[in-house]
Amino acid sequence: MKTGVLDRGIVFEKKKSEWRSHELIGFWALRLTLVLVLFILGIIVFDIVSKGAGVINWEFLTQPPRVGMTEGGIFPAIVGTFYVTLITIAFAVPLGVGAAIYLNEYAVQGKFTRLVRMSVRNLAGVPSIVFGLFGMAVFVKIFGFGPSLIAAGFTLGLLTLPVTVTASEEALRTVPRAYREGSFALGATRWQVVRTVVLPRAIPGILTGTILGLARAAGETAPILATGAAFFLPHLPDSIRSQFMALPYHLFIMSTQHHAISQVRPIAYGTALVLLALVCLLNLAAVLLRKRYRDRVAKGL
Amino acid sequence: MASITEKAMRAIFIFCGLAIILFLVGILYILLSNSMPGLIELGLGPFFAVDRWNPGAYGEPTYSLLNMIYGTLMVTLGALIFAVPVGVAAAAYLAEIASPWEREFFKPIVEILAGVPSVVLVFFGLVVLAPLIARAFNLNSGLNAFNGALLVGIMALPTIITLAEDAITAVPKEYRHASLALGGTRWQTIWKITIPAAFSGITASAMLGMGRAIGETMTVLMVTGNMVARPESFLDSVRTLSAGIAIDIGDVVFNSIHFHALFVAGLLLFLITFAVNLLADILIQRKPEVSK
Repeated sequence: MKTGVLDRGIVFEKKKSEWRSHELIGFWALRLTLVLVLFILGIIVFDIVSKGAGVINWEFLTQPPRVGMTEGGIFPAIVGTFYVTLITIAFAVPLGVGAAIYLNEYAVQGKFTRLVRMSVRNLAGVPSIVFGLFGMAVFVKIFGFGPSLIAAGFTLGLLTLPVTVTASEEALRTVPRAYREGSFALGATRWQVVRTVVLPRAIPGILTGTILGLARAAGETAPILATGAAFFLPHLPDSIRSQFMALPYHLFIMSTQHHAISQVRPIAYGTALVLLALVCLLNLAAVLLRKRYRDRVAKGL
Repeated sequence: MASITEKAMRAIFIFCGLAIILFLVGILYILLSNSMPGLIELGLGPFFAVDRWNPGAYGEPTYSLLNMIYGTLMVTLGALIFAVPVGVAAAAYLAEIASPWEREFFKPIVEILAGVPSVVLVFFGLVVLAPLIARAFNLNSGLNAFNGALLVGIMALPTIITLAEDAITAVPKEYRHASLALGGTRWQTIWKITIPAAFSGITASAMLGMGRAIGETMTVLMVTGNMVARPESFLDSVRTLSAGIAIDIGDVVFNSIHFHALFVAGLLLFLITFAVNLLADILIQRKPEVSK
């Protein structure tokens, strides 16, 4: 622990008074860049919270839009985002965790695992609109789902897959080797070891990654433009083949596509705030979970 | 019985790993197979001709991606000019200077900024930044390449900060100790030793930020104005490749030339980001080492 502090160079901080003045100016210049990041985030959050908070009430959260979307609430968009996120989980989590288990528990490290890992990293870099094109061509047309919850959910699932794989692999890696070796020595098969020893200990980490992936998926707009998101629907989706309204798409519509943009600005602010709050809550949950988990790992429990 | 379960589980997990590769190859295949009919019908030329993107024109529709490529380049470069210096400086501070509590404080902020959905960030750009930019430069509208570059830069910042910090932290402590022992100040150590040693990692962070910027869709769709004319300056309205696809994807006629042309744009976008990410990947593998 002590050396960790020393590695960061903190040991030199004792001589703070000896720092040369030009160094201090330089350090402050660097610190200002972080203050700038804080400022950018602060001003965005402040603007959206201050102008969106007044719009949000029970009616806004539980009623559908009315009068050509100039009045009423955003309930269908909240429900749509919830549904599509469920499908995203159903698609991305089993595949992502499975791939991570393969990479970390089953595979002999070599060319093939390198190729899989490289694919994960490159998949993470594919532009979201390209996922949209892929989803439109494959899920909407070839699979014949049409624009629907399931086509959009699968498209978003593909997009989240790299996050799920990376986080799950990291979680699996924190399980000490000795645990596996101990179980093998007792005669357990590989699947038994994974199921009863490795996975239970890696679940919190996997969950963290899943939540982070979901937060990303819930806020994405480009992949659902042509795979199922609808401008306005008079009723809630009643099957996975239905189209749906979604929060990010609704915000996009309300801020650029609506016929009375300035009139619906408060609704756009309200939608932005709900979406921001949702994503922040998901991220917060993930961060807290990770912190608890890391503390536990650090204590060696 | 046990061995059947065992074999089945192994097969399932191998399939999951294989699926990842298949998805990436599948994306490339779908982009290729759907853009081929367009490329065969028109050839490569019209897509890069000095012309406009006007697939809906009566008589002579044109499919030139050239102005959109300019748009993508302008927004990406503009974003990097802002985000790389700020991001690397912030990373240097976090990795080398910040006290533990400062790190505890600033790192979550960077993470939260990374988590803000792009459509929310860009909504802010639309309603707050755009009027400010219009007033500052005396324009009719603040929806231009400058606004887009600024917002895409903000979006790329967390990527650059996080990865550049990882790269700087990964520089072996021996480098720093040697420099300090020779009488170098901390400032000199950071700029002459640590950052040059982490250079490939820092470049990789900038490239991944660039990959993010090139593919960013909603931002450019909402704040760059989307005019298909050739941009003359950063204060002009531009349309990028990603926004160009997003605008037309909703109501394109399935299997028309227009449809295939969108996939040509998608293929181009995929190839560019793939190359950028691959290069970043190679750079990240190069880490400074201590010779024994």
